[in-house]
Amino acid sequence: MIEIDGLTKTYEATTVVDHVSLTIEKGEICVIVGTSGSGKTTLMRMINRLVEPTAGTVRIDGRDTRDRPAHQLRRQIGYAIQGHGLFPHRTVGQNIGTVPRLLGWEKPRIAARVDELLSLFQLDPALYRDRLPSELSGGQQQRVGVARALAAEPDILLMDEPFGALDPIIRSKAQDDLLAIQKRFGTTIVLVTHDMEEAITLGSKIAVMDKGKLLQYATPAEIIARPATDFVNQLIGTGDRPFRLLSLETVLDHVEPGEAAGDAIDASLSLRDAYAECLWSGRDAIPVEEAGQRIGRVTLSRLTALAARPQ
Amino acid sequence: MAQLLSSPSDLQAARVPRLDKLGIIIAVLVLAAVFFLPFVISRPNRIVAGMALPISGALPALQAIVLYGLIALGSVIGLLRVPSLWRLASSFVVVLSLCLFLGGAANFLTPEGNTVARVSPGAGFWVLVFAFALIAADALVRLRLGPLARIGVLLLVAAAIAAMLWAGVWQNLSILKEYANRGAAFWAEARTHVALAFGSLAVATVIGVPVGILCYRRSSVRAALLPVLNMVQTIPSIALFGLLIAPLAWLAANVPGASAVGISGIGTAPAMIALFAYSLLPIVSNTVIGLDGVDASVKDAARGMGMTDNQVLFGVELPLAFPVILTGIRIVLVQNIGLATIAALIGGGGFGVFVFQGIGQTAMDLVLLGAVPTVALAFVAAVVLDALVELVSPKRVPSA
Repeated sequence: MIEIDGLTKTYEATTVVDHVSLTIEKGEICVIVGTSGSGKTTLMRMINRLVEPTAGTVRIDGRDTRDRPAHQLRRQIGYAIQGHGLFPHRTVGQNIGTVPRLLGWEKPRIAARVDELLSLFQLDPALYRDRLPSELSGGQQQRVGVARALAAEPDILLMDEPFGALDPIIRSKAQDDLLAIQKRFGTTIVLVTHDMEEAITLGSKIAVMDKGKLLQYATPAEIIARPATDFVNQLIGTGDRPFRLLSLETVLDHVEPGEAAGDAIDASLSLRDAYAECLWSGRDAIPVEEAGQRIGRVTLSRLTALAARPQ
Repeated sequence: MAQLLSSPSDLQAARVPRLDKLGIIIAVLVLAAVFFLPFVISRPNRIVAGMALPISGALPALQAIVLYGLIALGSVIGLLRVPSLWRLASSFVVVLSLCLFLGGAANFLTPEGNTVARVSPGAGFWVLVFAFALIAADALVRLRLGPLARIGVLLLVAAAIAAMLWAGVWQNLSILKEYANRGAAFWAEARTHVALAFGSLAVATVIGVPVGILCYRRSSVRAALLPVLNMVQTIPSIALFGLLIAPLAWLAANVPGASAVGISGIGTAPAMIALFAYSLLPIVSNTVIGLDGVDASVKDAARGMGMTDNQVLFGVELPLAFPVILTGIRIVLVQNIGLATIAALIGGGGFGVFVFQGIGQTAMDLVLLGAVPTVALAFVAAVVLDALVELVSPKRVPSA
């Protein structure tokens, strides 16, 4: 659990982060979203003290982050950034082993962990362990960057626009991978982005920042349904609201008994995908299947009702 | 081959290779050097005016014809767009024969048993060597040799020169006659020269790199120090050597123990200090530039993962900045090998001793005895350090 309390950062006359308080529960993905200059990155960097707060406190599991040297604090917290920041003069394996080495792990344990992470990120250890980062594609470099951040099994992972440099297809794959890994390890993730779409896809909670102030801190559904200010509303985009709302839930949540004609869709897809399929194929209902078994159907009228503003 | 060349114009091009642009310039140079400049200067003794002789006058008729032929052949190969390896080999052969025949000319023109007559290389010889060395250098660049191969070529050339010296090819040439009179002094000054150039470099590196790190970390130090070092660099070298005489003489006279450790107004100490002062800027500024050039996201990631400042410096920043720092060291070494010549003016020793003695006596052969090894040393240093810089630089691999 991360408790941020009255956190403020001032550079001479300008206040970059202004009395921000929020609590991030264990195992949550908190996405901080805002335009550039909103203070979102500074807020995140104060959690691992890459930026020292002017006022306020950060507590991790009840413990003030200032009670130990900053570099020791940072070794307990994963850190991944845009443009990956891999060490160009060290191999992929050495890069991933950075924090375990700092923590003084035994060599065999580091090697085993490196191979485990490479496999987890679908990179063959024998093939990639001894390569230099420059020999990898952009998507592979980004995966190694996240693997490196997770190397010492941190409870908390900070990510600053980690997918910003990726093209849309690789980006959506990287987002899915991150969700899968988060589910597996239960890591608490704080992720900074300027992209509301990404925030809604990934976040279990979204913190909207503007001009150093926290405007709203709520679940994606809450943010879409009841934006706290015009600015939040603008970030969501009024034209996309119903679709973003639908994208939050899967077909499985709203499947109903009954038959329907035509090809079935998978229950794990989002309601948004189901709605698009209805419109595209001109059907009022589509069959739903789970693991190849038909389990019911989803109807256009039900989807339309779900896309309406929650009361 | 034949079926590849389909159109008539291709056939035309294959029969008559096109001309090389550099080759045309060099051919003009060679023509001028052969017909209008003396190959050697022959003098009855070392300081009187000499007689300028072309190749035809400096060698027996048959040897002269062979040399003319080799030069002509080399020029034609240089002129045509033939594979670089051919151009390299032919220019090597021509330079080698120029050197051999220069020694031959000295033997031919020096009367038996005469020790005062002098035969020196003339402007024609130098221009010819320069012209063909240029073809060789151009061919080497086009061959894109790796750093180790370049050092190999350098060793080969050095071995060839050593072999010619050892075989006594040039024993009647003026430079070696000057050397024969000053053998012991030559090696003593060579040691001083190397000690001045490398010693000042070592001190400048040991002090300059930490100062560079300090400038990189504290912008106030950078703002104060770099302009000062820049200014030092603009002081003419002779002036700086001269400027140091008064304060160092004062130190030697007034601070107890100062003269005991070698500090004096003239001699090696001020030379060392001046060379050190000139060395500092390239090393400090390259250290700063190298550290500044390390990708910001790499530094941020290093800190964000919990490296201490020193771990970031020694584990990430310095290794990544090293090629740039080494480039600074290369600049300084080549610069100092040249500048150390001037140290002789204030009694600092080195090859400059022969240069300034030679100027004083209007004995150009003696000037060459100091100048040729200085140039050779600087050249070797440049080639070796360039190769080193390339070896430690990260390989450029295009990302997929």
